[in-house]
Parts: sequence; structure tokens; C-alpha cells
Amino acid sequence: MNKAIRRMWLMAVAIMVVLLLTLTYVQFFAANALQANPWNNRTLYEQFGRDRGSILVGGKEIARSVPADGDFAHQRVYSDSPLYANLTGYFSLVYGATGLESAMGAQLSGASDDQFYDRVVSLFSGDQPKGASVELTLDPELQRIAYNALEGHNGSIVAVDPKTGEIKAMVSRKSYDANALSSHDTNKVVEAAKSLNADPDKPLVNRAISGDLYSPGSTFKLIDTVAALESGKYTTDTTLPNPNELPLPDTTVSLPNYRQGGCAARSQVDLRFALEQSCNTPFAHIAMDLGQDKIRQTAQNFGYGQNLDIPLQVTPSVFPEDMNQAQLALSSIGQYDVRTTPLQVAMTSAAIANDGVMMRPSLIKTVRSSDLSVIEQFKAEQLRRSTDAETARTVKDLMTSVVSNGIASGAAVPGVQVAGKTGTAEIGRDGLNDSWFTGFAPADDPQLAVAVVVEDVDVTTGSSLTSPSARQLFEAVLNK
Amino acid sequence: MSSTVSAAPERGTEAPVRPRPRRITELLLLLVALAIGVGANILVDPERAQADPRHIIMSGTVLGVGALLVHVVLWIRARYADPYLLPLAVALNGLGLAMIHRIDLSTNQSAANTQVVWTGVAMLACCVVLWLLKDHRRLRNVTYIMLLLSAVLLLLPMIPGLGVEINGARLWISVAGRTFQPGEIAKITLAIFFAGYLSTNRDLILLAGRKIGPVRLPRFRDIAPMLAAWAIAIGVLVLQKDMGTAIMFFGLFLAMIYLATGRLTWIVLGVLLMAVGGFAASRVFSHVALRLDAWLDAFNPDVYNRSPGGSAQIVQGLFGLASGGLFGQGLGQGRPDLVSYSNSDMIITAFGEELGLIGLGAILVMFLLFATRGLRAALGTRDAFGKLLAAGLASLMVLQLLVVIGGVTRLLPLTGLTTPFMSAGGSSLLSNWIIVAILLAISHSARRPVVTGPATDEDLATFERRRRDREERRDDERARTDGPDAAGDREPATEPTPSLTRTTSVSHDAAASPGAAESGSATEVISRITHRSSGSDGAARGSRATRPSRSGRAAGDAAASSEERTAPGGNAHDQEGGTP
Repeated sequence: MNKAIRRMWLMAVAIMVVLLLTLTYVQFFAANALQANPWNNRTLYEQFGRDRGSILVGGKEIARSVPADGDFAHQRVYSDSPLYANLTGYFSLVYGATGLESAMGAQLSGASDDQFYDRVVSLFSGDQPKGASVELTLDPELQRIAYNALEGHNGSIVAVDPKTGEIKAMVSRKSYDANALSSHDTNKVVEAAKSLNADPDKPLVNRAISGDLYSPGSTFKLIDTVAALESGKYTTDTTLPNPNELPLPDTTVSLPNYRQGGCAARSQVDLRFALEQSCNTPFAHIAMDLGQDKIRQTAQNFGYGQNLDIPLQVTPSVFPEDMNQAQLALSSIGQYDVRTTPLQVAMTSAAIANDGVMMRPSLIKTVRSSDLSVIEQFKAEQLRRSTDAETARTVKDLMTSVVSNGIASGAAVPGVQVAGKTGTAEIGRDGLNDSWFTGFAPADDPQLAVAVVVEDVDVTTGSSLTSPSARQLFEAVLNK
Repeated sequence: MSSTVSAAPERGTEAPVRPRPRRITELLLLLVALAIGVGANILVDPERAQADPRHIIMSGTVLGVGALLVHVVLWIRARYADPYLLPLAVALNGLGLAMIHRIDLSTNQSAANTQVVWTGVAMLACCVVLWLLKDHRRLRNVTYIMLLLSAVLLLLPMIPGLGVEINGARLWISVAGRTFQPGEIAKITLAIFFAGYLSTNRDLILLAGRKIGPVRLPRFRDIAPMLAAWAIAIGVLVLQKDMGTAIMFFGLFLAMIYLATGRLTWIVLGVLLMAVGGFAASRVFSHVALRLDAWLDAFNPDVYNRSPGGSAQIVQGLFGLASGGLFGQGLGQGRPDLVSYSNSDMIITAFGEELGLIGLGAILVMFLLFATRGLRAALGTRDAFGKLLAAGLASLMVLQLLVVIGGVTRLLPLTGLTTPFMSAGGSSLLSNWIIVAILLAISHSARRPVVTGPATDEDLATFERRRRDREERRDDERARTDGPDAAGDREPATEPTPSLTRTTSVSHDAAASPGAAESGSATEVISRITHRSSGSDGAARGSRATRPSRSGRAAGDAAASSEERTAPGGNAHDQEGGTP
């Protein structure tokens, strides 16, 4: 009988081994698949109830997790949400995470590689792992000024520090309240999403870096100018033809000059005058003379067609391929199929302001783990050299004249040299345009580069909104 | 016997070596076990434990006092009992209390309070059984009463007005507003019956009967009571619609037949029968078919959402295990409340979620250790009944784990069974603590020194007195009954003449040498022991059995072993249970 008892023990051991192997399969090898199973509310509850780190602007929490009752341990709460919703995104049980909630998801939830040690510690201490907090580079005052400046309109404002690439303001209107989409009441969330998606003003789109993008209009002339100067065929003294109407090759249409400025006064102009008054035909002439490859190359030097994350994904701006001369002429003034983001326009100004060096733009200043140790710290980093310093300085000088003598006088700040360029993108909707301003100040020691775009305004409203908005931002920065 | 006499004086000169009771070891381990149980109970919600420690104090007190009580009873009544069984049971019980408390906190139940009360009751029952059951062999006298009791217990829930149907299974009875599952107790009574019957009749089952191919089929009349017991168990359970308990009883039946006969063919045959029976049941009973379907096709949306008989419970259990991963979410940090019955049938998934694979592995090891100590007691004890009972109960524990963990991991179909010591449920706790008591009693008889040192004159006097008493009693019994056979029950007519010599100490382990208690004539046993102990085999296997050094003293030792059969205590005659 003892033999049978011994064998029974061996059987018991074998059974335990089989059970352990089965458990290992379920808890280790199949665990990921099981956790990804759509029926697994547990993952949802855990993920969406987690104590995520806060998102901070100027030391103030704009997104934070507060303890909640029910199946979810925590609820995400956004302060001043419309002001920042395009950046924070939402954290929705139904639609997932967007914006920084998604781009910085690993850090905010405590799952990033840098937080591995914290996770191990919390494993043994029994504490629920806490996410890292993310401090943004935004200046809350600038953000508010920019947001208020667009009151009543759709549009976007981006402001960057040209010397470091830190994004100081990034506004997109029409905005929305991320709290409505981050509720744990799924019916309410679906309801809110329905009305936001049905809104023709597309509040969920972050116009500053994505969406359908904008035609850059005359702000693209900055790139034409750089291309012209870089080519060596043009200097600030070169005389350019300035017909009021330029017949486009192989077509029946002609390109008119900008009607609001003083272009009509001269039939021959230099670069400075052309830029000051934003005359179209001289730039069309330059573009057709230099060829589309040169213009495209210059555009790419400033970031067109390049992927970028800040860490939000930025839609690459587009300069079309394979154009005929007529299309090139239209493209040179930022029309036709040229598409850009306000961030791209701001970065173009910033690169010119920074002697041709484009800094890598970023929203992230500091990432701190729950014990406040720094995981990530913003470091100024050169993204690319867009043009040589000489050319940059020349363009800067020309842009200064645009504000002091030209059509962007609304951006002028008393006692400070402001560089700028306006733009008006015709979008084919009964007399309404997208109105632009981009520039930086002070010209001799640039602190802030901005891009302002206001959608669907007539020319007068546009110029009363864009340049003065930029001025407010410059003043706010310079008064600090 | 003459060799015994000649060897005795020489052996008497040696310093006697006593087996240690090891109660201090048990006490220290108990402190560790209590620390685990109470610590876990605090960790499930440390803040709450600080703010409102009433429940933790209460459950800790019950567990601690209960454990100490059992410990004290062991000091008094069973000093040589295995020192590991009790701490293992206390640790597992404590962990169960903690997890049930933890699930209470997130579901607003109060199952933990009930479980604490039952823990107290079960530990008291353990003490009572230990106190009353000085010698486990007395259980053998009630073999057929146990069969009757099993039948009654299993039939109780079928009585209208008394039985309660919960979730489609009619397994419970309701007494004074409390439900009780008599089937849990029936597993012990059935085990006692199987052990009693098989220890008596195993030779007949083994040797009598026709041989067909390699298998010798026992005669029907030899196996009939076993089949009856099995049929009652299975039949009643089919009517009560509980697959888990049916599998457990059938498994117990198989395990004990195997233990008694040592023939693997029984197990193979039994597993085949079980598969065929399961298949047939799935064709006949819709609830069995649903269970099988939910097992094989758990992730099918139709099966998942079906009610009743859907796979949601098992799938949610798997999610729980998966979310635990290797290290677990930590006590109190997971969501075991998302799994239905997470504090009873599915408590393993709750542990898997919060303690992870590593924690579950530790729990499995504790169960394996428990079963190992049970089987060790079976190896050590000298009587066939004790061997079968201890090994059967230990196997039952493993079997139950196989069904429970196999069920929640989708290795086997999920059937409702409790995890021993852990699941919420008073009947289960009570029956498992009674099992602890029985195993402790058997292990005591296994480890107890039979002759401790040279017999003193006092010993001799006591022995003589007892022998006289016994003979007188027997004469009385004979006078009362007609046939000598009925009077003697299993006491062989050819009982060896009691004789006593001065021998040195022999711990039980000497007898625990393989084959020591195999059935057969007394001389056969002696010759086997002699054979074993004379070779290196005996020394190597004997662990403590090698005390005192056995080499060169084979003859004396064998004599000593044979002497145990008639040593003071007066119970040598029923140790073999061999047929007259």
C-alpha cells in the first residue's frame, strides 16, 4: 500500500505542476490577449480609473485626476478646458484618448519605461502606481490673450520662443469642453460627441497643427524671398517688374496684385517694396524665374513636407509637386494647393528671427514622476538650419519694414522693432478670406514669434484682428 | 521470538532515542501562519484597518485562539501529531478570511463575519474530534454506519421543506435560516466508509475473481458495497445537479481503490468511465451540456451572453487572472468583485488577480505541502485503515484543487466546488477542519513512539493489567453473542500470543519502512522488515528510522517491530486487518 501512497504523492505533484503550468499560461502567456479582450471591463476600469498625472501650465493643473465613486477609481477633470482642449485632448471611455492624453499617455499613466522603477516600488509597497505629471511650455497669460483675441471667430494662434522652440501659446477656435467627453457616463459622452461632430465649425480639430490645413496666402512670400536671396540672382536692390495683372502662361487667367495695398502705385519695385505692400506679381515672377524645385527646396528647408511631433502629431505642410508655371505662380503667393499649419508659419518666422536656425518646437517643459523626480526636461535643440544667417538677417530687415512702413502696421509696438508679414488667403467663399499675420519681436533680440490666422473674414475685419492680436502678444511678452 | 529475548539485554544498554513531539515547531509555525493571515487581512485596506479595526481584531482573535486551542489539544491528546498540518491549515484559512473580507469591502456584503464564525466553529469541531478520537482506528468500527450516514447526508437536500435549491443545484439544506451543504460532510463519511471497507476486503478484491487479459476483475459481491456507495453518491448528485461534487466523489472513490489495490488500471478505467459518463450526461442533461459548451466555446459571444449557463463567469475569471499577471495587482488593488462568486467558487481568481502567479504558486505549494504531510502520515501509520483514510483525505484535497483551478483556468469544465479552507462557506470549512483533525490523529499514531526505552516494571504491570482486562472483556462478549466469528469481528482467531520483552526505543518510522504494514501474516511482515532493515535500503529510506543505528541489529530490530504488535496500548491486534 505504501507504494500506492508514494505514487499518489507523485500524482499530486504532477497535478500541481499541471495546474501551475496552466496558470502560467493564463497569467503570463495569454495575459495580454485577455486584457485586450473587448469584454474585459477590468482593463477599462483600470485604465480609465487610474490616478493619472496632471497636465500643468504655469504651475496650475489644467488636467487632473480626482478620486471618484463607482467602478472607476478616478475621474479626469479639466480646468479652463476650452482654452486648452486642443492640446490636452480628452480621455474618454468611449472614444479613447486624444491630444496630450494620448501622446503623453505612457507618462501620465505611469507606464513609460522611465517609470519602471516606480512601478517596481509600488508593486512591493502595495500602492497603486501614480502617473507622472507633465508641465507644458505654455505661458498661461499668452494663451488667454490669444484665446480671447479670436473671440467670435474660428482660427488659430501659435506663439513660439524662436531661440528655444518652446511653444508659448497654441490656440484653436472653435474649442470644446473636454470634461463633456471624459465623463464616465457613456450616454452623456456619446450625446456630447454627436453634437460636437455635427458642428460645422469642427471644434474637435486642433487647427494649429492639423485638420484641413490653411492656404498660407502671402505669408508664403517669406519663403519666396529667402529663395530669391539664397539664389544670388536677387538682392534687395534688384528691380522687379510689378504689373497689376500678370497673365499666367498657357492660361486665359491673369494674376492680379493685392488691391488693398500700394502696389498699383509702381510698375517696377524692389523686394522691400514688394514685401511691404505684399505685391503678388513680383513674387510670381521670382518663382517662375527660379523654378518650382528651388521654391520647393526652400519650403522644405523651413519644414514643409516634414513629419514633426511636439509630441502631438503635426500634419506636414504641403508644397505641391509637378506644377506648370501658372500653378507655380499661384503657389508662390500661397494659393493653389499650398497648405500649411499655423505652427509651420510661426516656425518660419521663428527660424528667420533666429538667424536661420529652426529650433525643435515642443510643448513639454518637464515630466515629473509622482515622487517629483524629473523624468524628462525640455532642452533647446536645433531642428534644422533653414537658411544662412546672412539671408535670415536680410529677410528680418525686410519684415521690419513691413510693420513700420507697410501693411502690417497694426502689429507695431511703440518703442520696439517688430518684424511681420500679413497674408490673405482667398478661399473662394463670397469675399471672405482666411486672414494671416506672422512675425516676431523685438527684431534685434527676438523673444516671440507668432502666427495668427482668422477664418472667413473680409479684408478689413481680418487686418483688424490679426496684426493687433500679434501686437497684444508681443506687448504681453515684452512687458514681463 | 527467541532472538528477541537474546537481543534485548544488549539493546537495553543503549541510550534510548525518543521521537520528538515537535509541538514547539508547530507553535512557531503557527505564529508565522497567523502573521500571514492577519497581515493579509490588514493589507487589503490598511487605512480602513486603522480607522475601524473591529473586524480584523475579531477575525484575528478567532483564528489565533482557535489555532492555539487546537495546538493545546494536540499537546494533551496527540503530542506526536504532524507539526506542519495545523499551521498550513491556519495560513490558508487566514488568507481565505482576508480575501473574503476584501471582497466584502467592494461589494458591501458581510460574508467575512459569517466566515469568521464558521472558522471558530470549525476549529472547535477540530478540537472535539481530536479529543474524542484518541485512536483513529475506532472509526473503522463504524464503517457501515458511515455508509448509511453518507446516504442520509446526501439525501437531506432532497427532502421537501428542508432542501434549498441555489443556482439550479439542490445541494443545500436550510436550518434556522442558515444554509448548509451536507455533501461536504458526506465526503468525510464516504472516505471513512471506503477506507473501512477496502482495508478489510482488499485482498478479496485483489485476489478473488476472474482474470480477463491483464486485468483481474473482482467478484461482484466483493465490490458491490463500493459500487453501491458510488452509485448513491453519483445518483444523488445527478438528481441534485451538481457536477463538481459528483466528480469529487468519483475521484475519491477511484483514488481510494487505487490506494488499496495499487492497480493503475482502476484509475485508467475510472477516468474513461468519467469521460463516457460526462459525455452521456451532456446528452441527457441540458445543464451539463451548457457547462460543456461554456467550457469549449467560452469566447463565443452567444455563449458568453447566454443566461443561464453562459461563459461570462469563467471568462471574467480569466480576465481577473490575466490582470494579476506575474506579481498581481496587490491585495485590495484589483477588481475581484467583477467576477461572480468571487468569494466562494471563484476565490482562486481573486487570489490570482491580487497576488499574481507567484502568490497563487505559493498557495498551491501550501496545499501540496498539506497533502504531502497527509500522505506522510499515511505512510507512517501502521494500520491499513489509517493508511487508506489519511491518503484518501489527502488525495481528496488535491483532487478538489484540480477541479477548482482546472475549472477557472479552462483546463477542465468549470464546476461549482469550494477551494478548501479558503472559499466562503461554513460546511466546507467545517468538513476541512474535521479532515485536519483526522489527519492529525493519524499522524500522531504514525509518529508516536510505541516502546519508549526499556520497559519499566510499571509498564509491565500496566501491560499485564490491560491484557487481563481485554481478555475478560472478550470473554464477556463471547458470552453475550452466539458465534465466535461475530464476537471477534475482525480480531483474528490466531492472534499472536502477547509477549513482552525489554526492548529499546523504536519510533514509528521503523514500522513505516516500506511494506511494514502491508497485509499478510505476521511472520511475513516480520520477514519483510528484517529484509528491509538488514540492507542499506532500509537505512537510506528510513530517515529517522535509522535511529538508533540499525545495521547489524536487524534481528533485534525486527523483533522490536514485531513486538510493537503486542506492545502496551493493547491495540496491536487490529493493526493489520488481515483476513483470518
